[in-house]
Amino acid sequence: MSKTIFEKSIKGTQGINLTDEKLNCDILLNIPENLLRKEKPILPEISELEVVRHFTLLSQKNVSVDSNFYPLGSCTMKYNPKINEVTASLDGFANIHPEQEESGTQGALELMYNLPEQLKEITGMHTITLQPAAGAHGEFTGMLIVKAYFEKIGQKRTKVIVPDSAHGTNPTSAKMCGFDIVEIKSNNRGLVDLEALKTALSDDVAALLLTNPNTLGLFEEDIAEIAKLVHDTGALLYYDGANLNAIMGITNPGLMGFDIVHINLHKTFSTPHGGGGPGAGPVGVVEKLKDFLPVPIIEFKDEKYHFNYDLPNTIGRVKAYYGNFGVLVRAYTYILMMGANGLKQASIDAVLNANYMKEKLKKYFKLEYDKPCMHEFVLSGDIQKEQGANTLAIAKRLIDYGFHPPTVYFPLIVHEAIMIEPTETESKQAMDDFINAMVEIAEEIKQNPQKAIDAPTKASVLRVDETLAARKPNLHWS
Amino acid sequence: MQAPDGILCAKTHEYLLQKDSVYKFGITDYAVEQLGDIVFVEMPEVGTEFEKGEILGTIESVKAASELYMPANGKIVEINETLIDNPELVNNSPYEDGWIVKIETEDEKALNALMEYEDYQEFIEE
Amino acid sequence: MKNFLPHTDQIRNQLAKEANLDSIDSLFDSINDSVKFKNDLNLPDGISELEAQKKLKKLANKNNSDCINFLGGGTYNKFIPACISAITSRTEFLTSYTPYQPEASQGTLQAMYEYQSMICNLTGMDVSNASVYDGATACAEAVLMVCRISKKSKVLIAETLNQQYLQVIKTYCFGGDIEVKIIPEINGEIDFNYLSNLTNIDEFAAILIQTPNYFGNVENSKKIGDFITKNKLKLIVCADISSLAVLEVPVNFGADIVVGDIQTLGIPMAFGGPHAGYMACKQQYARQLPGRIVGMTLDKAGNRAYTLTLQTREQHIKREKATSNICSNQALVALAATIYLSVMGYNGLKQAILLSAQKAKNLSEKINNIKGFKVLYNNFLYEFVVKVDEKISVEILLNELKENNILAGINLKKYFKQYKNSILVCTTEMNTDKEIDFYIEKLQEISTKYNLEDV
Repeated sequence: MSKTIFEKSIKGTQGINLTDEKLNCDILLNIPENLLRKEKPILPEISELEVVRHFTLLSQKNVSVDSNFYPLGSCTMKYNPKINEVTASLDGFANIHPEQEESGTQGALELMYNLPEQLKEITGMHTITLQPAAGAHGEFTGMLIVKAYFEKIGQKRTKVIVPDSAHGTNPTSAKMCGFDIVEIKSNNRGLVDLEALKTALSDDVAALLLTNPNTLGLFEEDIAEIAKLVHDTGALLYYDGANLNAIMGITNPGLMGFDIVHINLHKTFSTPHGGGGPGAGPVGVVEKLKDFLPVPIIEFKDEKYHFNYDLPNTIGRVKAYYGNFGVLVRAYTYILMMGANGLKQASIDAVLNANYMKEKLKKYFKLEYDKPCMHEFVLSGDIQKEQGANTLAIAKRLIDYGFHPPTVYFPLIVHEAIMIEPTETESKQAMDDFINAMVEIAEEIKQNPQKAIDAPTKASVLRVDETLAARKPNLHWS
Repeated sequence: MQAPDGILCAKTHEYLLQKDSVYKFGITDYAVEQLGDIVFVEMPEVGTEFEKGEILGTIESVKAASELYMPANGKIVEINETLIDNPELVNNSPYEDGWIVKIETEDEKALNALMEYEDYQEFIEE
Repeated sequence: MKNFLPHTDQIRNQLAKEANLDSIDSLFDSINDSVKFKNDLNLPDGISELEAQKKLKKLANKNNSDCINFLGGGTYNKFIPACISAITSRTEFLTSYTPYQPEASQGTLQAMYEYQSMICNLTGMDVSNASVYDGATACAEAVLMVCRISKKSKVLIAETLNQQYLQVIKTYCFGGDIEVKIIPEINGEIDFNYLSNLTNIDEFAAILIQTPNYFGNVENSKKIGDFITKNKLKLIVCADISSLAVLEVPVNFGADIVVGDIQTLGIPMAFGGPHAGYMACKQQYARQLPGRIVGMTLDKAGNRAYTLTLQTREQHIKREKATSNICSNQALVALAATIYLSVMGYNGLKQAILLSAQKAKNLSEKINNIKGFKVLYNNFLYEFVVKVDEKISVEILLNELKENNILAGINLKKYFKQYKNSILVCTTEMNTDKEIDFYIEKLQEISTKYNLEDV
């Protein structure tokens, strides 16, 4: 059984000792005694080696991109180049204080000026803020801009439209800005139903949030008409950049008619996902919305880079300081190394890989929308469910085969969904290994679904009881 | 699962069962099956009045949350406190130990609009 | 130059053929030509890693990272144990994502459980999430949270709060249509009289205070706690997590939610991010807490295991009814903090804070003895306010010190109009006696040069 670090404590042990000096209690005499801590908190008392060993052993219980193929749909688990870690931890980036004067941080400012320039070209937007810390944070920022914009021009618009295939963050972000959500159904081609959209659009709609390609991995072919319909009613069109990896150098949200875009640097631009974060979610807007962006933005004037805090209609700040700077350094390094051709080739290969896997797998799994896909595709585990093992079981069985499972049960509009995104950095060999495993699992379920139901058996734990976890929450060690 | 006699069901899969002057409220065995393992039931405060169709609480499995709709205008007179620590009672015994709240109502019109169990069976088969 | 792409053209063609595509170009047939690029991206070609390393090093060198640092105000130059990056750069942690599949993510999950435990044990709260973006967004999420819980839409926020945090709260409240009322500052603390004279106190969901506050002072949290109990408000306490090594456990003075930044736990300053925010609350509010939460449970064989739990709170399930839209958090930063707290332990954490406080005391006393400089308040922990004789403007003062490679403090005028000629000075365990003496020496010179007088 895996002991917690608390159980490894030996009273009196201290991993790192800062000083042998006995620190005098007089130090805190200036603070009233009733405001000082009396209870000793439970924290580990453990040697440095034991700490290192504990976390090293834990790390080995993770499946990661660097150890396994990780086709987690919509998350773009591409290779994270190691140079990014080296550049982000350069002393000149890692060891500067955000309140340092501009003259001492010109390199950082230059980077934060150049990165938006690159992102503008990739997305077709006019101005970009780097402040949001993640994709959902970017969405929230974008929706605040929508809200502020309509307040400014004196229009009362209370609704935001999202397709039923949207990421869960889309409706939540809009709701956090006080908008009511109107969900529209996808048509039988897995795309926005234009008739449904027309019906939903009215002069109290503030925006349509769209992911393109959508979460089924399909490009919204009618995007130009969608943009026109939305703009004709005076609403704004918002681009969820989660799937930007499919289209770099091919098209961009600006060409498609979007007004606001967020970009997930931890997806498309290769910064590591870190077990859940940090990410970065820059937001770009068209010219008419530029004054609504969070402050500060970075400008180049008189041969120097400056923070500009003076945007007349700014929504304010969404985060302290300037964004997840360390993540920005990584993304900037990546874009420099990829360049125009590399980024375009990345998108081409990402889409090529997805189509290859889709064609190979559709013989064994139901494919709801059978047509060329973009960077990801969605299978259904319906057939296998009939045979006795559902999508969850397939996912767990994949762990036994040494893979991270795809995204499952999303998007919600596909039964027993299995959403696969290989990304461009996977070789044919890696994809074939995964395909073979999926085929073997499909065959195995036909013969004996129990194996999948019992899976995983080769991971560090057997199937985890999530019901027990939710019924009797044990949320901290005490 | 055998539903008790006299049960009245809503299209949103809640049931009412008259017990003296009040009604026991819960979710049907069909709803339980759909939701899977119940992990949490959010209940209103005793004394709260709701109109028909208002959300009186939510019921959650590990990865789904469903709202509970008030089937008739009325007042919550009791909640099933044992569900706080034992939400699995809804799975094991939706009509008995797994009831959720007790409701006082005189909303005959709404009560008449509810389905008897047999009609409900037909409804869910559709 | 095409980096990180494994395919040869031959393989590309093979893949296309096996995918039943006419050609690689046909991959994008579903995109109408009218929205396609006519030309290539207007960006330079890719460069080699060799060039990229040089280029980024050059850029990094344009920053001055080798200064004598007395800046604080939310980001601190703290000691960072070497073992942290040794562990966080293990790519099993670095290149995995949110642990949706518990069986493939026990490492991250157990580490997050341990993180939550340490946060709970330091704050006295029952439940912690697995981190949010930073201290500012933690405050903002806490404000949204208390408004949901109490079904009210007004909050009282201390003016003594970090003003960047306040700005973020205001932005979030603009989204949520919540009214923010400021409790004014007086003598470096909140004006308690303002609070007790409020006639509509019952309209507010909560009070948010920061302690130690932006000025470095320890607020009278006991008194505020008694006030909120009497008036049945919720109390949100924003606290630098390290300070809780020596300051009273927030639960003991009535905190309902405790939030703040964890940058002081071994996280590089990195020009303001990535840092991370912690959020912890009492048991009864667990289902209103935003963000990921990890629980300990069992696997099928009855062995201990971990999983994300209470997930119905989250956006991927409840969509617009979720507690928050947060999806990606700052997990790797939280992991770093967990390693920090493990290797330092309570003693190490306390040593770091006491050393910081000792140096602050030392520096402040010496500054106070220089003509033209006055330390305004006494109840600080490791940051303090220095008022400067108006014969020299703070801008010039800071500039003169910068010429000597000293980052002497934050100009308070930037955030508080009532502090016209004052700076916020911070010390940490990193500041040596020599640095402090050098700072004093330079201040002395300036005092003489400008003929400063007592303030």
